[in-house]
Amino acid sequence: MDATNHTSTAGPVSPRTAHFDQPLQLANGTLLPAYDLVYETYGSLNAEKTNAVLVCHALNASHHVAGFYADDPQNVGWWDNMIGPGKPLDTRRFFVVGVNNLGGCFGSTGPQSINPATGEIWGASFPVVTVEDWVSSQARLADHLGIRSFAAVMGGSLGAMQALSWTIQYPGRIAHAVVIACAPNLSAQNIAFNEVARQAIISDPDFYDGDYNRHDTRPTRGLRVARMIGHITYLSDDEMASKFGRQLRRDKLNYNFGVEFEIESYLRHQANKFSDYFDANTYLRITRALDYFDPAAPCGGNLSLALEPASAGFLVVSFTTDWRFSPERSHEIVKALLDNRRNVTYAEIDAPHGHDAFLLEDPRYHRLVAAYFDRIAQEIGV
Amino acid sequence: MSTKGIKRADFAAIAHWITPDARVLDLGCGDGALLQYLKKQRAAIGYGVEIDDEGILECVKNGVNVIQGDLEGGLSGFADGSFDFVILSLTLQAVRSSEHVVREMLRIGREGIVTFPNFGYWRNRLQVMRGRMPMSSNLPYHWYDTPNIHLCTIRDFEEFCASNGVRILERVVMRHGRTISFLPNLLGSLAVFRFQRD
Repeated sequence: MDATNHTSTAGPVSPRTAHFDQPLQLANGTLLPAYDLVYETYGSLNAEKTNAVLVCHALNASHHVAGFYADDPQNVGWWDNMIGPGKPLDTRRFFVVGVNNLGGCFGSTGPQSINPATGEIWGASFPVVTVEDWVSSQARLADHLGIRSFAAVMGGSLGAMQALSWTIQYPGRIAHAVVIACAPNLSAQNIAFNEVARQAIISDPDFYDGDYNRHDTRPTRGLRVARMIGHITYLSDDEMASKFGRQLRRDKLNYNFGVEFEIESYLRHQANKFSDYFDANTYLRITRALDYFDPAAPCGGNLSLALEPASAGFLVVSFTTDWRFSPERSHEIVKALLDNRRNVTYAEIDAPHGHDAFLLEDPRYHRLVAAYFDRIAQEIGV
Repeated sequence: MSTKGIKRADFAAIAHWITPDARVLDLGCGDGALLQYLKKQRAAIGYGVEIDDEGILECVKNGVNVIQGDLEGGLSGFADGSFDFVILSLTLQAVRSSEHVVREMLRIGREGIVTFPNFGYWRNRLQVMRGRMPMSSNLPYHWYDTPNIHLCTIRDFEEFCASNGVRILERVVMRHGRTISFLPNLLGSLAVFRFQRD
């Protein structure tokens, strides 16, 4: 096999595992006695250790942010178009860290891991973790890597919420936050979609209250439906119309409930792929972390007050057709930053792709991120 | 930017009025050149508002804080009295609702600063008298492609202020970067006003 991938410039990469023995206090009140975090890095940390950038993942992604695996060259990192040598986040200048969050299903400690206390898979007993818990654990990973302060923490969607939370939890350890397609909390509609997705999983007879491992099965039907619902919210109506429209799979109607329309075929395909690799308990927890995220809540709903400790510079980006986290949700963040007189740049990219636009290669969007990282590079002299 | 090619003679006039360390909001900030200038000359803490993608990109390159948005509907995110100065530089003539934008300037800022090409400048009058719409380095567009939909003279603007509860604090009229005090509405090509709520 040819162990190269010509679309990726970051080259072959390998994940590593960091083990942590110092217990982690979680938001739900429990103490996680020990845990592993799987991570990848790209580029090199400079001698002053000032050029590190943390990239946080959203719902279904992982630590595999850029590059590919030598033994699996088709497995390209989920943000490979953004990160690598010569990419907007240029790994010739920056040391980029991708990490699989706690509770995940790509190697970091999560529901599929063994609970050392029982010697069995955590399954349903794995705690419900929050964005704040993830950020606390990421700070431990930074300690482990010798990074006192990140030049930037960057993410899209749920990843952006982590970047935002970094600026509040560790204001002294983050110089810039790149907050893309974000919202300061979920709307009732967002939570409603999450709840439908969770109910699809929970009501799957193969779910067994989350202990499906004991029954040697997985709630793949529920996961499929959950993924379909999620996927619909990532795309814009226009994007679906132009990609699929009312196009039929065959040229005539069959008067049954098989795949009639192309959109159905697409959703089923995405859902099948997803249910093959994703863990249901992880899906439940990540959607809950989304629901719970609300940094303004401890400040009586006042986001400006919540962001008072933040001292980072901000790049906030939204996409016009994103109806999951609309530009208005980013405006709330920008307003709170202005109220605190923070350095902030806000761009609203006119892109047709909906929420998923943050993963795509729009030249205006990528030029902007590149220019912002140029500025950071100048500040730290790399 | 609605007056491409103009020499930014207004920068120095504006900077003269900005107190050190002032908080400045520049509406229609383009590439952020004015904010960069004020940061250097006055240590101003500046933010720009700009609609154009290229302007946003240039602001990022110039190290200027910028918020992408529309002047006519997108200023609600700025709190009342949150800035010392709100500047509208060579943009007044291109906004649809001049009254609304000036009102917003005085809601957000302690003082407003407006600069605009003086339509009463004699060369403009001459071109109209010759039967043509004026074109110059200050007004480089044809009548059919100009973004300048609300051109006015110095006297027009002063009357506008009087009838909209806007108190003019200072006025500088310029031509080729020099101050004009004799027959300014006739001999000045660029007007710079500083004002506040009456």
